[in-house]
Amino acid sequence: MSTEALWDFGRGSGVVALVLVTVSVVLGILTRRGEPIGGLPRFAVTEVHRNASLLSVAFLALHAGLLMFDPYAQLRIFDAVVPFAAGYRPFWQGLGTVALDLIVALVVTSLLRHRLGRRVWRAIHWLAYALWPLAVAHAVGTGTDASSAWFLALATVCVVTVAGAAGWRFTRKELAR
Amino acid sequence: MSVRLHIDWTACDGRGLCTELLPELLGRDPWGYPIPRQRDPELPPALVPHAERAARLCPTLALRLVKR
Amino acid sequence: MTLLDAAAPDLATHARRTGPVPWGRAIVADVAAAGLTGRGGAGFPTARKLAAMGPGGVVIANGAEGEPASRKDHTLLTSAPHLVLDGLQLVAEAVGAARVFCYLSPRSVVAVEAALAERRGWDARPVTLVVAPETFLAGQESAVLAAVEGRRAVPTDRLRPAVHSGYLVQNVETLAHIAQIARYGPSWFRSRGTPDEPGTFLTTVGGAVRSPGVYEVPLGTPLPMLLEKAGGAAGRLRVVLVGGYHGAWMAPDVTLSRVAVGTLGAGVVVALGEEDCGLRVAARITAYLAREGAGQCGPCRNGLPALAATLAGVAAGVADRAPDVARLAALVEGRGACHHPDGTARFARSTLTTFAGEIARHARGDCVARR
Repeated sequence: MSTEALWDFGRGSGVVALVLVTVSVVLGILTRRGEPIGGLPRFAVTEVHRNASLLSVAFLALHAGLLMFDPYAQLRIFDAVVPFAAGYRPFWQGLGTVALDLIVALVVTSLLRHRLGRRVWRAIHWLAYALWPLAVAHAVGTGTDASSAWFLALATVCVVTVAGAAGWRFTRKELAR
Repeated sequence: MSVRLHIDWTACDGRGLCTELLPELLGRDPWGYPIPRQRDPELPPALVPHAERAARLCPTLALRLVKR
Repeated sequence: MTLLDAAAPDLATHARRTGPVPWGRAIVADVAAAGLTGRGGAGFPTARKLAAMGPGGVVIANGAEGEPASRKDHTLLTSAPHLVLDGLQLVAEAVGAARVFCYLSPRSVVAVEAALAERRGWDARPVTLVVAPETFLAGQESAVLAAVEGRRAVPTDRLRPAVHSGYLVQNVETLAHIAQIARYGPSWFRSRGTPDEPGTFLTTVGGAVRSPGVYEVPLGTPLPMLLEKAGGAAGRLRVVLVGGYHGAWMAPDVTLSRVAVGTLGAGVVVALGEEDCGLRVAARITAYLAREGAGQCGPCRNGLPALAATLAGVAAGVADRAPDVARLAALVEGRGACHHPDGTARFARSTLTTFAGEIARHARGDCVARR
């Protein structure tokens, strides 16, 4: 694959992963309403939440994997786990590493949640609220596309939907429940 | 030996997934919580896979299948 | 020799009056032969619970007495604590317990602490005192277990009975009966009460009686006899609440046995005079019960306040909401980690049946209490 293609697919898969994580976060929050969402029955909301998360991990594997081969990105396998040590834009890149580590923790604990028990699983799952902003910040900070209109529009939609869902989640009524 | 559906009411948050996956067994009250016909209702063999799915998906891990 | 006859102000008097702890008797067999059932409210056959316990478990004397209208456990613990503590030691020995607790309402702590201090040297196993919160559900079995393990005293979800997890919870009155059965034998215990419901029980009598208080009577006693013991009714009685806040309204001539009234609960009997408005009393009780839920289970947390509010509406004259009370009662039943919604539903249903005439009267703006 040409370095141009690596760069494109590498970034592209990152954008797809961001969208999937956003979908997952929004549906995960809205599960709390105990109501069907946009025509999806309740059990489907949870299934889509789950599948979007798993799919996002697949795209993140592609995202990090492809960029390892890209000369611009200067990524080593080490950088996928340890943040802020990369060659290209280390701070913004590091945020992505942290987000990746968090999502792996979230997905693994969720797959094992029946064994871990409600309390442990739930405590770790709260980290989703840290994961998503880190992913967005990483996307905007490292992204070469950050200045392009389509990306900004996409990022705005992501932020607005999560802000809306989180806004509902953190109302006094919901916090008191 | 029967398989029963046990609801941990202290964990149940009325998310309602189980009421969709087991409509033959569970009604839904005005606040979204499941209404079984009796405590720990027995699961007919045909419903066991659906109950397993409900237990796996329940967002608050409030469902358990108990073999007795 | 009733439980209250065994009252003793200190260990020396107790030893003189009741004798030493009868170690070496087959307690479980004695209790089985005596047919003792739990005196905490559930009325479960005690011997079966004892037999289900394996060694190395935990035995807990339950003196939380969360029911506000009940004073029998407190009375027993302040007048005959040594009898209760004897029973606790005997049971702990019989089941090979590793840990022994006494779980008490704050008002009973002083008396039991003093009694325990006297018993150093007398007791085979040390007893740890745990203070219960003053809530209605503090004495519920799984709440007792949680409290003793250092957690909040609220019911928990349980898949198996407590004894199958190595925890034996016994009401303090039950333990006192065991202490007497061990000394005087099962036939002595069976000499009072009925063949199906042997022995005596403590009851807290309140409401429209001249001498409210704690009295001990054999099972199967007609209610009028108990009311006589309590100084007689203060005026004519309409109904009597039997079994406390989770009980039911009964005619004043009913027999105090499980077969006659369904459940005696923890022996609470409240007499309602002809000039007391049963609907208003019931509305207050259901409001209390709604407030006292642990707040953990959706059906109860939502359903009981709705039930209480609807019953209050009925008491205020909105008679056509009475079917809603029945509907809500049926809705909450069986859907919770404990039986608080079930007991409340039972009480609410009994109110609707017993005071049907009163409901109609309230709808007309009239009330017995106003005459």
